[in-house]
Amino acid sequence: MARITLDHIRHAYGIRPSAPNDYALREVNHEWSDGGAYALLGPSGCGKTTLLNIISGLLQPSEGRILFDGEDVTDLPPEARNIAQVFQFPVIYDTMTVYDNLAFPLRNRGVAEAAVKRRVEEILEMTGLADRANRKARGLTADQKQKISLGRGLVRNDVNAILFDEPLTVIDPHMKWQLRSQLKKLHRQFGFTMVYVTHDQTEALTFADKVVVMYDGQIVQIGTPAELFETPRHTFVGYFIGSPGMNVLPMQIDGATAVIGGERVDLGFAPPAKATAKMEFGIRPEFVRIGREGHPVRIDKVEDIGRHKIVRATFAGQSVAAVMPEEDEVPADARIAFDPKAINIYADSWRVERGA
Amino acid sequence: MDKTWNNKAWFMVLPVLLLVAFSAVIPLMTVVNYSVQDTFGNNQFFWAGTDWFTQVLDSARFWDSLVRNLAFSAVILAIQIPLGIFIALNMPRHGLGVPVCLIFMALPLLIPWNVVGTIWQLLCRADIGLVGWGLTQLGFPFAYAADPVDAWVTIVVMDVWHWTSLVVLLCYAGLVSIPEAYYQAAKIDGASRLAVFRYIQLPKMKRVLLIAILLRFMDSFMIYTEPFVVTGGGPGSSTTFLSIDLVKMAVGQFDLGPAAAMSIVYFLIVLLLSWIFYTVMTQGDQA
Repeated sequence: MARITLDHIRHAYGIRPSAPNDYALREVNHEWSDGGAYALLGPSGCGKTTLLNIISGLLQPSEGRILFDGEDVTDLPPEARNIAQVFQFPVIYDTMTVYDNLAFPLRNRGVAEAAVKRRVEEILEMTGLADRANRKARGLTADQKQKISLGRGLVRNDVNAILFDEPLTVIDPHMKWQLRSQLKKLHRQFGFTMVYVTHDQTEALTFADKVVVMYDGQIVQIGTPAELFETPRHTFVGYFIGSPGMNVLPMQIDGATAVIGGERVDLGFAPPAKATAKMEFGIRPEFVRIGREGHPVRIDKVEDIGRHKIVRATFAGQSVAAVMPEEDEVPADARIAFDPKAINIYADSWRVERGA
Repeated sequence: MDKTWNNKAWFMVLPVLLLVAFSAVIPLMTVVNYSVQDTFGNNQFFWAGTDWFTQVLDSARFWDSLVRNLAFSAVILAIQIPLGIFIALNMPRHGLGVPVCLIFMALPLLIPWNVVGTIWQLLCRADIGLVGWGLTQLGFPFAYAADPVDAWVTIVVMDVWHWTSLVVLLCYAGLVSIPEAYYQAAKIDGASRLAVFRYIQLPKMKRVLLIAILLRFMDSFMIYTEPFVVTGGGPGSSTTFLSIDLVKMAVGQFDLGPAAAMSIVYFLIVLLLSWIFYTVMTQGDQA
């Protein structure tokens, strides 16, 4: 297992990039610790698969270096990097049995048959496929095929990292939970470094210790699920994570007060106001109170989704969502208030630190 | 679920039945009719029973042609299938090369059979043909009209030129349908080029290969036009295949009874061999 260092990596699919927009992956400069479970989260086309393929060696970055445990592997081909990758659609060798599928990476590396047998049997046990070892892999279900893909990665005991590229796309919803928890269990047991690409926030948040949120070719935030929820570093993280996403309202700063439309909201601190920057006021719906106190608001719609209610309202000409406990009622003359501790201030979409 | 029976549905398939009757069943029955009767013209028929069949099956001429046909199909499959796979594997997957290759591959398939025959006949003539004259000048006397080996080489090369493209195009279609992830996974698994072919490309091409083998077998087994144009069945009877023999018998000698009996035997052989190929090649699928 290995620590992965991404040293000033940039990638462009075009031949000669000139503007920042030519890069599918703008500068990425991070270090991922050994044994960590990282999820790369972002919408389609944000560069997450590009980054994954750079780590696995299927793509050569246009610029920058990649290191495993401090050793430069930028120029090594995938088979020399000792990584495993599980793809979106299960890749199995149709004509082989389950056993032969798992033995394939070892046999290709000239491992002795006795050692192959020992290792494959361990993996069969681990993935729960032991009873199907001698069946043709073709007849298996999608989730079993995906387990074989994973098993082919695990079977080599020298793997530096296991990379997952949206591996649960073709799996039935009830199997997703089961596979995900099995994966977590294996991770805790063996402590391999895992990188998991997904566009599904639930999947990312339940799977990973650290979620890497990508947007428009760059990493906008790396954090624990709690950090992403409480202090999104970028307005994109605000809307992308959470359901519904964060309310982001344009505003002006007046000392320690936010001016939104005609309303003045006390911030409790005075952010450094930059005259040129586009200032925005961000608050998660969970911290918006609809009650008898605060600013005037117009209620547009109340969606009761069972566990709680989502209130869609118009505040100072902007639409705002709020989450209310199931048992609370919206009063006839409703007013809106914001929990001051949960307010985030954004200048040109990036979060302004409180202390600054 | 209960099945609903509605006999009106038969009317739906009636047009197809009529079409098949006129296009296949009635002509075939005419042949059956001729094969069991003797006629001297004037629409006078005499019952002949299985006489013609016995006559055909007892003649050395029939068995010689059959062996020639089987040998020809075997040679054609042994050359065209591996060559077709090899070319398909080496065709470009992206860029301008793709349409260029596809057009070049499709060209021979667009040329009418008898024109192909004429092209190769001219090309191989020892007096004016580029290949025939060239080989003779280089010290390899080449005369397809006199030497049976030269006649066979000419016909085999001609067929390879004409039909390998079909195998290439089918295999290429099979190859491009393999998702990129398979190649990436194989790379990560450290598979060699040979292993990629053996465990990814060949299994994924299996379906189209089956079609290619069946088509090439049936076509080569029924070959008529090209050898008719190039060699006319000679020298001697060295390139007289079943179809050529059949036409000689029916049109040349006007032996309609034996020719009809031979047609039916020929038809049953093609059907039987195709069925064997199909069964052998698909039997692994059920396992």
